[in-house]
Amino acid sequence: MQLLQQIVNGLMLGGILAFVAVAFTLTIGMLNFLNFTIPALFMLAGMVTWALSSSGGHFMGLGWHWTYAAAAGIAVAVLASLLIERFTYRYMKARFGDATEHALPLVSSLGFLIIFEHLAMMFWSGDPQRFELPFKSSTLEIGGLMFGIPHLISLASAIVLVALLNGILERTRLGRALRSIAENPDAATLMGVEVQRIVPVVFVIAGVLSALAGILYAASYGTVTPFMGDAIATDAIAGMVLGGLGNIWGAIAGGLLVGLVKVLAISTFGAEIEKIPVWGLLLVILIVRPQGLFGHTRIGKGKF
Amino acid sequence: MSGYLAGLLAMLSINIIVAYSVFLPGSAGLLNLGAAGFVLVGAYTAGALSSLYDMPLAPAIALGSAMSALVAFLIAFPILRTRGIYMVLATFAFAEVVGGVLLNIPSLGGAAGLSVMAYAGLPVVVPCAIGTVAFVAWLMRTRFGLSVRAIHDDESVAHLFGVHLRMTQVMALTLGGAVGGLGGALLVHQFNFIDVQSTGVLFSIYVLLYVLMGGTQTVWGPLFGAIFFTLVPEGLRKLSELDPSLKFLEGGRYIVFGVAVVLIMMLRPQGVITRTMIEGWGGSARKKEAGA
Repeated sequence: MQLLQQIVNGLMLGGILAFVAVAFTLTIGMLNFLNFTIPALFMLAGMVTWALSSSGGHFMGLGWHWTYAAAAGIAVAVLASLLIERFTYRYMKARFGDATEHALPLVSSLGFLIIFEHLAMMFWSGDPQRFELPFKSSTLEIGGLMFGIPHLISLASAIVLVALLNGILERTRLGRALRSIAENPDAATLMGVEVQRIVPVVFVIAGVLSALAGILYAASYGTVTPFMGDAIATDAIAGMVLGGLGNIWGAIAGGLLVGLVKVLAISTFGAEIEKIPVWGLLLVILIVRPQGLFGHTRIGKGKF
Repeated sequence: MSGYLAGLLAMLSINIIVAYSVFLPGSAGLLNLGAAGFVLVGAYTAGALSSLYDMPLAPAIALGSAMSALVAFLIAFPILRTRGIYMVLATFAFAEVVGGVLLNIPSLGGAAGLSVMAYAGLPVVVPCAIGTVAFVAWLMRTRFGLSVRAIHDDESVAHLFGVHLRMTQVMALTLGGAVGGLGGALLVHQFNFIDVQSTGVLFSIYVLLYVLMGGTQTVWGPLFGAIFFTLVPEGLRKLSELDPSLKFLEGGRYIVFGVAVVLIMMLRPQGVITRTMIEGWGGSARKKEAGA
């Protein structure tokens, strides 16, 4: 029973990681851009939702209903994501013709990560803040096993959203345009795809996914801090690599696997072991099978 | 010299050394997001030797650096199997594994960190930094320097012209590891303390940014990057202490850093100090510079 509960806990954590991993894998798969601002978007959504919904003496403290606050959180994250697109991918593309051959967008995104995290710290201080839940109980007991409701929502909505995303990519005109950009942006332009209009869509989707994950994370663990995105994002990157860069179903599987490995390792060997299994596994996978467990090899090969 | 200035100078020297540990592989086009890994190996080796085995400072520091070079040499072969983004992630994963392993060695203090008695003051740290800069500057004038520069600019052409790719890249990583280990060995003895928590992902990110902001084309890039990004934030922090109305600069210095990173990437994507700037101070090479 103990073990079963740990497996459930691992999959619950994995549900949130999967969300973030999908956001990472989408930008890298479509644009060959490792977007390090995703943890910042994750944090912004969580903190804005907290700031608007909690009634108290802190910044704003408007005490909005949590649905409005969450919508505002997602909106802020999407706007931030579009701002980042303007100064990283789009600028590099306009100036150098190709944004993927350089490490430049990656480095700029690190700059934006630092900016957003410290802006949040200036507004709300670096202390962890209590995120009050709109519901009385956030756990569900089935057959003696405890399930976190925000985790369940997270996992279910991640799967639904990815199914939706997959449908869009496979069936619609927009999806075909996106896939052609992933294949070859120049050829896509020649074929009449308006790359400059389609690329922001990727950033909007990544922003929404990271924002939802951030809010669900805040709801599950009950705290928000300006640096809450960092640890989640590194684990999500591990999940993305395990699943194969650019593979959205792989990102879900990888995220769940990382959550599982992490929770099981901690419960078996203690909290200090946590880095070794996840990152050791990742290092081995990168060296032996860089395409990931189920991935492509095409992506991320660009010269820096 | 006041204690404050001495501390600042020591920090600056160590930042310069660590920046060169990322520059060496960077000059061969290898992005290393795992500086913390090499620094930790050097710091813990030297720290353990001097505190647990009572070794004198000089050999302890040298062995810390050597150990880090050995680790870098061994990890170079698997890491060189990866490319592009995969290499960034592999070096990053390597640093996390090193941190994870060190956390689980109880005799090295585990999560509480390692405290050492021996102290490396300015007379040790500053000459090491000057020596590192001089060594790398000399190295870049040798055949090895020419090879890494050729690989940085175009790997396949360099290969066609007879540059031994694998050997040069392994050497660049190994030397980078040695320099990173030296930085770590000095760090632990300057602060009399090291722990895994404070030398983590953010540390690696900041060091990589110093180097990329300064520029990887010439040997002066990382020197500029490390000096600029150590002194400017410190200056802003100092300003924030002068007057309560400037308090916002305390946190604002990181925002200044972030904005500088974004702006430099937009305006001078090869870093502030470029080869053309050093060689001719000319403006006509702009197009070439952007395409490199």
